[in-house]
Amino acid sequence: MGVPVPFGQFIPGDSAVHRTDPRVKLATVALYAVLLFSARGWAGLAIAALAGAATLGVSRVPVRLALRGLRPVALLLMLTLVANGLRWRPESALLRLGPLGVDGVGLSTGAFFASRMILLVVGTSLLTLTTSPVGLTDALSRLMRPLRAVRVPVDDVAMMFSIALRFIPTTAEEAEKIIVAQTARGAVFDEGGLVRRARAWVPVLIPLFVNLFRRADALAIAMESRCYTGVGRTRLHEPSMRVADWVTLAAGVSLTLGALVLLP
Amino acid sequence: MGLILQGIGYTYSAGTAFSQRALEGVTLTVERGDLVLVLGATGSGKSTLLRVAAGLLAASDGTASVDGEVLTRASARGVMGLVFQDAESQLFAETVADDVAFGPRNLGVATSDALAAAREAMKLVGLDPVTYGGRSPFSLSGGEARRAAVAGVLAMRPRYLLLDEPTAGLDAHGRRAVRGIVETMRESAGVVIVSHTAEEFLDRASRVLVLAGGSVAFEGSGADVVSDPSLLDVGDLRPPDVLRVQQLARTRGYDVGEFSLDPHHAAEKLARAGGWL
Amino acid sequence: MLRFNDVSFSYRPSGREVRALRGVSLCVAPGELIGVLGSNGSGKSTLVRLANGILLPEEGSVEVDGLCTSDEMGIHSLRQSVGVVFQHPDDQIVATTVEDDVAFGPENLGLDRAQLRARVDESLAAVGLVGLERREPHLLSGGQKQRLVIAGAVAMKPAYLVLDEPTSMLDPQGRADVLAVIAQLRASGRGIVHVTHDLAEVVHADRVVVLRGGEVAFTGAPQELFVRPELLESCGLEVPPVVALVERLRALGVPVASGISDPTMLIEALWD
Repeated sequence: MGVPVPFGQFIPGDSAVHRTDPRVKLATVALYAVLLFSARGWAGLAIAALAGAATLGVSRVPVRLALRGLRPVALLLMLTLVANGLRWRPESALLRLGPLGVDGVGLSTGAFFASRMILLVVGTSLLTLTTSPVGLTDALSRLMRPLRAVRVPVDDVAMMFSIALRFIPTTAEEAEKIIVAQTARGAVFDEGGLVRRARAWVPVLIPLFVNLFRRADALAIAMESRCYTGVGRTRLHEPSMRVADWVTLAAGVSLTLGALVLLP
Repeated sequence: MGLILQGIGYTYSAGTAFSQRALEGVTLTVERGDLVLVLGATGSGKSTLLRVAAGLLAASDGTASVDGEVLTRASARGVMGLVFQDAESQLFAETVADDVAFGPRNLGVATSDALAAAREAMKLVGLDPVTYGGRSPFSLSGGEARRAAVAGVLAMRPRYLLLDEPTAGLDAHGRRAVRGIVETMRESAGVVIVSHTAEEFLDRASRVLVLAGGSVAFEGSGADVVSDPSLLDVGDLRPPDVLRVQQLARTRGYDVGEFSLDPHHAAEKLARAGGWL
Repeated sequence: MLRFNDVSFSYRPSGREVRALRGVSLCVAPGELIGVLGSNGSGKSTLVRLANGILLPEEGSVEVDGLCTSDEMGIHSLRQSVGVVFQHPDDQIVATTVEDDVAFGPENLGLDRAQLRARVDESLAAVGLVGLERREPHLLSGGQKQRLVIAGAVAMKPAYLVLDEPTSMLDPQGRADVLAVIAQLRASGRGIVHVTHDLAEVVHADRVVVLRGGEVAFTGAPQELFVRPELLESCGLEVPPVVALVERLRALGVPVASGISDPTMLIEALWD
């Protein structure tokens, strides 16, 4: 048994954002990204930022959690600022550091790109923070349904994702168990060069994979035994669009279109 | 000398929102020839205790030493042998012999010596090296795989053998095989068995500890538990059925004398107490 | 009736022939509990997979209420009639929450939302997991996982249930919970095949079938087995301690019925 840790980033809650249909959330994040990448001036970014901030506020997700997603890209942000803001022997500069000069326009461009990235990351973080992984995969599979017309096995793919999700914690537990068992047999995982370390993982990866294959076979048998054929399935939980969801979607579309059309 | 755990405490995820106190003030000594039976229900801390004893977890409180040295992951290597529940999931090598030799090789033993130790260990668990040595571990049956995993630990010639539910999921034949291995290992090592049922090893245990809520609720000899099975109540554990029958007879006023784990002896006592004999 | 008619089956890993079952016959009627006993390698697990057509017999046939497992057209219907619970619960749980997993089978039948809800609620109640609907499976105890898998099978409303060593990896509490559920399912009129290597679990069965090396070594009442320790020994089985105690009592002339395996019931039988 394990201690309940929120999987990935999802933190259950009861705000209007949490309750919005995941398909609408996916669509609005897509629109948000479109807006961010089409905006050619700060005004566009500002509108997106306002929308993002408003959503963040309604979701009651703590700001520091939303900003946590920025940690992995902090280096990239720095590089963007530096690459754009510094010039080699410029004619005019705000500040000189030896042969390098800080260029006002370049800095502004760098800041624009960096801000865009920040907004994108925070926006998508908000999506995964307020939507359960199951909700996301369900939404994706429902949105993909039209692809059935071109023979894409949408339902099978959706089932695959759902099963994969279900087995992540179980597989993690098993991996831990095997690592501990091999450690108890004297295996060492943190010594030596790259090759030696890579080889040290073989006694963990092999049993893990063998077990995964065995489990896949057993699961297939269990699913067949419960009459799974891949077609004709109904669902216990299938959220349908509420008025609020349509309104949110409409607001997102109009805001995006409006900003794109009206702003320079 | 011996494996000495003194006042051991352990907290999982200490300092976080998920911190959990799993062990409190546990003291345990094991020497060569001992068979210490640690009983406890799920959640009593028995598996944590085993991992601390194996040097895999560093105790949050208390001291642990093995044969005079402080117990650490490094000092435990090759000295403490730990056999997990469904140990067969650790098998990975191309042949059974290679898998069993994995432990000794990790300890720096030369390949030929490691394979020799592997063959010895396989004989100990009843897997003939000639027949099984070259086979893939994944071709073994459940019981054979379990034995191969145990051999993998025995091949390291540990001075202390720690077993977590060694008979879980085994049939009568498999259980008997494990009992035999345990008795053989006692001759050269100290053995600790962790379990949620008293049945299997109570008669051979030199000492019994009952864990409840992370602390030792009872400590005594196997004979103590046999003569008073109610001692197991503190751990939420069921006494072996044969003892329970004698316990119930006694509470009804029938004098069965000293309890026995053997069904035949117990039957005779009951028959006499009930006046049929 | 769930019927095995003189069934034989062999595995053929890389050319060799491993005979798993030979000439095995047994039948289960609704409301009956049949215990299938055998040590590891006796063919028990093969029997389970033949029950609902996962494996097809090489000789003989398996029928469920008239439908044959080799009939492809009827297999869907047959699998609704026979619910099978295999050995490791983690290898059978498909969904991310308890209720979604119980619903999996009925969802495959295309039932509407109200029916799905009803099936899920009834099945969870039958196995005592009410209140855990939204729990993630990896947070359940072993006994709870096993009961979840049973609920998933029960949700198909089968007339027969085949359980393959459902308690083998469980702790005493989990074991007791699962055995209680099985007893209740039998009481509610289903035909149950309980496969195990522990005789103590099937002392109350209507009939037991003992497999040895793929063949039937014994069919009859559990009580008849208790007085044949040599047969049990040759099949890799053990007499449960209390049952052995009772047989010794009887040998000493104590008037007590054979086959009691529960300590409290034995004391009551002796002195009440």
